[in-house]
Amino acid sequence: MAKFITLRFLQGILVLLGIYAVTFFLVAATPGSPFSSERAIQPEILAQIEAFYGYDKPTSERFIVSLGNILHGDFGPSAVYANRSVTDIIAESFPVSLKLGSISLAIALLLGIPAGILAAVKKNTWLDYVPMSTAMAGICLPTFVMGPLLALVFGLIFAVLPVAGWFGPEFVVLPSATLGLYYAAYFARLTRGGMLEMLNQDWVRTARAKGVPERTIVWKHCLKGGLIPAITFLGPALAGIISGSFVVETIFQVPGLGQWFVKGALNRDDFLILGLTVLFASLIVLMNLLVDIAQVALNPRLKYD
Amino acid sequence: MALLEVKDLRTSFYTRDGIVRAVDGVSFSLDKGETLGIVGESGSGKSVTCYSLMRLIPEPPGRIDGGTAMFDGQDLLTMSQKELRKIRGKRISMIFQDPMTSLNPFLRISTQLIEALRLHYDVDKKTAINKAIAALEEVGIPEAAKRVHNYPHEFSGGMRQRVMIAMALITEPDLLIADEPTTALDVTVQAQIMDIIKKRQEDLGTAVILITHDLGVVAGTCDKVNVMYGGRMMESGTAEQVFYEAKHPYTRSLQKTIPSLQTKGEELYTIPGLPPDVSKPIHGCAFYPRCPYPKTGKPEGDRPSLVEMADGHCYADCGFCDSSAPIETVLAKNDSPDEVEQAGAAE
Repeated sequence: MAKFITLRFLQGILVLLGIYAVTFFLVAATPGSPFSSERAIQPEILAQIEAFYGYDKPTSERFIVSLGNILHGDFGPSAVYANRSVTDIIAESFPVSLKLGSISLAIALLLGIPAGILAAVKKNTWLDYVPMSTAMAGICLPTFVMGPLLALVFGLIFAVLPVAGWFGPEFVVLPSATLGLYYAAYFARLTRGGMLEMLNQDWVRTARAKGVPERTIVWKHCLKGGLIPAITFLGPALAGIISGSFVVETIFQVPGLGQWFVKGALNRDDFLILGLTVLFASLIVLMNLLVDIAQVALNPRLKYD
Repeated sequence: MALLEVKDLRTSFYTRDGIVRAVDGVSFSLDKGETLGIVGESGSGKSVTCYSLMRLIPEPPGRIDGGTAMFDGQDLLTMSQKELRKIRGKRISMIFQDPMTSLNPFLRISTQLIEALRLHYDVDKKTAINKAIAALEEVGIPEAAKRVHNYPHEFSGGMRQRVMIAMALITEPDLLIADEPTTALDVTVQAQIMDIIKKRQEDLGTAVILITHDLGVVAGTCDKVNVMYGGRMMESGTAEQVFYEAKHPYTRSLQKTIPSLQTKGEELYTIPGLPPDVSKPIHGCAFYPRCPYPKTGKPEGDRPSLVEMADGHCYADCGFCDSSAPIETVLAKNDSPDEVEQAGAAE
């Protein structure tokens, strides 16, 4: 097990290095620079600014320097916002996004998985049809439709929840519901499929022949295997929740990282783009590592070396 | 009183293409410690008969339409799920055809072995594990104390079937139903598995219902034999009666298919044609279209029911063919070219 984790960890680091290199050279190859603006700047001043940020050196040298800095945990200064480092920006906005993301994921799992189990156990009854058709509708509605819809219903018609800002617990509800419900729908369908596959296995018949009650068959015999599709989807779901949060944060005016991603790209804020890319990539690599470990833990047939 | 008394059991599957009468009026009884073999081709209803007794028929589409199955004074077919669970795994156990899929791959062997024991008896985990190790040793699994904690995928097919037997017998049931326990195994292992079932049966005094399409296995193991075809019993009696004094043309044809009873170098005998489609009404004898005996009439009316002879030997005499001659003579006579064509056209 330790060998498997180490191996996957090293693979993850390689992936991150690759992502960093590709992003760096793509950004460097893009025409323009962070310091070009409508207003003409005197060449001497521009040269000074470029020297300050290290842009007077060749790209390959800048790559080595910035990689060294990032490995030391220094994401560099913001090229656009004076006196603010990328680390400052992340430290300020990341907790907001993390809170939104983890609450959304919790909603998705706590709602989706029980609904899927219930639907599978009560197959072809209204306890199956109602949650599953709701889930189908949930999958079909993109977050940029769901978000304004929820805002309209709960913010304007019933006027019980705030529709924009980030000032207290009630402000978390609508954005996290928008994100969470969408993934809850996916988890519900995946869990239902996984559980149904398990419940149709020959060894369920063996368990019934031993006199095992239905409840034990579901929880003890089928849950482990039935959750595998949902667990597998956890990695992509996290990636989706992160990128989905760009949209949701914009809809509900949440001061999270998503807005900085957009601003960074529009302003050609090279250091900010790189810093955020590395952060998000690390999160996804870490999550996939956890998913791999969970899968090995759930399925004894998987070999981990 | 018999341990199990099945009367007029009828099980159907209500499918989109019609009602499949998989078991259509089957009756038999079984005493304590006895071994009953149920033989027949695929689709003859032998497995459905036993699944019905355990109420393991998937409902829907399956449904037990009628009959009784008195087990120790209680009707298995009408008792509540709760009462049924007290019998399943405790007093009646089951072994299935495919050991590769009949064990849960996500749970350790130990967990699955002690499950029935802990459900039906008040034993602590340690005692149960010790019993499980003893049970594995009884069925010939080496290093049982170590292997008991393995997962199913760490065992071979034959070993898994041994585990299944140990699991079924760990509660010392009164009745063991073995649904083609050797079909999915290779030939060298088949004999070992049958020996283990026989040995454990002798040790524990368990009654056994053995479902199989291997007549050789039946001859060596069973006290009584039921021959099934198209959801009904065609012939029943003691193993000697069914083997040495087979009355029904179907039973005789089945015997002809046993490879070891055929002359070396001769082409292996197969019964021409296909088993009947039980979703359509059958008039007269279900075996009539494939019957090698000279026909004496057109099949009509209800299917013939079992008639008991003085010695307890039963068979369903249709009266539409002349089954007086031994089958060898009949087949030899049929072996002329024009007769073969006729047999082909009858399908």
